[in-house]
Amino acid sequence: MTRLSSRSRGILTDLWLTAPATLGMIVLIFAPVLVVVVLSFTDYQFGARSFEWIGLENYATIFTDPIGQRAVVNTLIYVAVVMPASIVLALLVALGVHEASRWMPRLAAALRAAYFLPVAATLVAMATVWQMLLHPTLGPVNQALLALGLPGQDWLSDRGLVLYTLTIIGVWETVGYNMVLFLAGLAAIPHHLYDAADIDGANRSWERFWTVTWPMLGPTTLFVMVVTATRSFRVFEIVATLTDGGPAFASDTLVFAMYREGFVYFKAGYSSAITVVFLVFVLIFTLAQFRILESRVHYR
Amino acid sequence: MTARGLLGRTATLAVLCLGAAIVLIPFVWMISLSLKPAAEIFSPDFTLLPSQIAWQNYIKAFTEVPLHRFLLNGVIVCFGILFFQLLLAVPLAYALAVRDFKLRGLLFGLVLAGLLVPYHVTAVPLFLGLAELKLLNTYSALIIPFIASVFGIFLFRQYFAALPADLIDAARVDGLSETAIAWRIAFPNAWPAVTAFAIFSVVAHWNDLFWPLIAVSDRDLATPPRGVLYFRDEEAGSDVGPLMAAATVINAPLVLGFLLAQRRFIQGFTMSGLKG
Repeated sequence: MTRLSSRSRGILTDLWLTAPATLGMIVLIFAPVLVVVVLSFTDYQFGARSFEWIGLENYATIFTDPIGQRAVVNTLIYVAVVMPASIVLALLVALGVHEASRWMPRLAAALRAAYFLPVAATLVAMATVWQMLLHPTLGPVNQALLALGLPGQDWLSDRGLVLYTLTIIGVWETVGYNMVLFLAGLAAIPHHLYDAADIDGANRSWERFWTVTWPMLGPTTLFVMVVTATRSFRVFEIVATLTDGGPAFASDTLVFAMYREGFVYFKAGYSSAITVVFLVFVLIFTLAQFRILESRVHYR
Repeated sequence: MTARGLLGRTATLAVLCLGAAIVLIPFVWMISLSLKPAAEIFSPDFTLLPSQIAWQNYIKAFTEVPLHRFLLNGVIVCFGILFFQLLLAVPLAYALAVRDFKLRGLLFGLVLAGLLVPYHVTAVPLFLGLAELKLLNTYSALIIPFIASVFGIFLFRQYFAALPADLIDAARVDGLSETAIAWRIAFPNAWPAVTAFAIFSVVAHWNDLFWPLIAVSDRDLATPPRGVLYFRDEEAGSDVGPLMAAATVINAPLVLGFLLAQRRFIQGFTMSGLKG
């Protein structure tokens, strides 16, 4: 065996430690991203022997074809409802639970667990439960509405309603997640800031909120917004379980369209273009929120 | 305590409890339906509790479809993924945190860039690649796409970088190789990060529907969420009791795990927020 200098031994060690994961990242993440971008300019179909370059035609279809447009618009509506609703509700719940933890720690812990339960649950299984809850005749939701003298709804088959039904389920599964993030942010606020606010005369609870809590939660809020946006942009499980994008594409979303076009209709090229649009949206959202909010956020 | 303060507390608690009750409705309804006889499920009268407990729903759930098989598949896939994720992530994270080499900055940049890519993006090329290798419809197809976890690499790097330099130096003086230090010193010392990551990874893959829907069509390879859909579609939604029993069984491992180890679970999830 030849002797290696310590320098080349060091290089071999670095290679041995880094090569497997690096190779994995390249083969499983970065190369596929490149391939998706390339395929998005083709009419490639799974199983076909050849393909044609068709330039931007796939992208034109997404933004001009009514079905393609629907997926984009529906996804944006879904995010636009779930993001603010789940963040505001989560903040209110977190403030309440944080407050209650000072005088009833046991109960506060139980409440926290209850709100978090949907996050730990299996969404597909819970979606089948929502299907039962929202059943037009046998579901307790419509039965409760009827008992109150209100008309029952076709929650999952009314074209005008179905997307908003999905946003309710989306909020239900997101609030607990965001609450936990806000609770961590609240726990990190040093108590002496409240004492200082007290001395300055800000002693009503809403004054304390606006002068101390809200500014100190800035970084947390930014983080929650980014996480919620990227999570809700990916909405797929509830669509696939409850509606298959229907009726008449009224609840179609980007990731579901990507799945259907690619893996049900085998249009790999078109599916790739939808994928690229999805990725660009996620990137824009993440980067834009960091830029916009970075200037306003109060960092310690 | 003033009367006003007491009133405020009571109101806060009342609203919080009401909200929690609404959040829990689907769980209560799932368990209630899973224990009801069919006649009661389709009765137009609303009842929360079953008049008699119908355990046969649970028996049917295991006999009408191979539910035990779905659960076993879930365990195999989740632990297979976790094993390879750790195997790849720990050495790279260690090198990024502790060692000094030329391409370190570039590699760390790759990890950060990878955090921005949702895994749905790679589906079409990975499907093509796995088809080329004749691996579709195998456990490998369910495991391989996830083995390079940039989130795991990032998380472990942060932990390893915070380890005291003396600890590493002492191990080097003792003659341990770098690989041994990564696995026998750094890895156990990052245990909180490891458990948090393990919980995050297992939950994510136990619950995933997107990739199993694409990668396997063989029913015997279905993971729990895929299995629930087989169940529902085969029974055309008519056998509600057993379907809800199956949903309860599939939820049980993670929900029980969460209730028993709440702090760890919540840690795992808050950390996972880093992944875009």
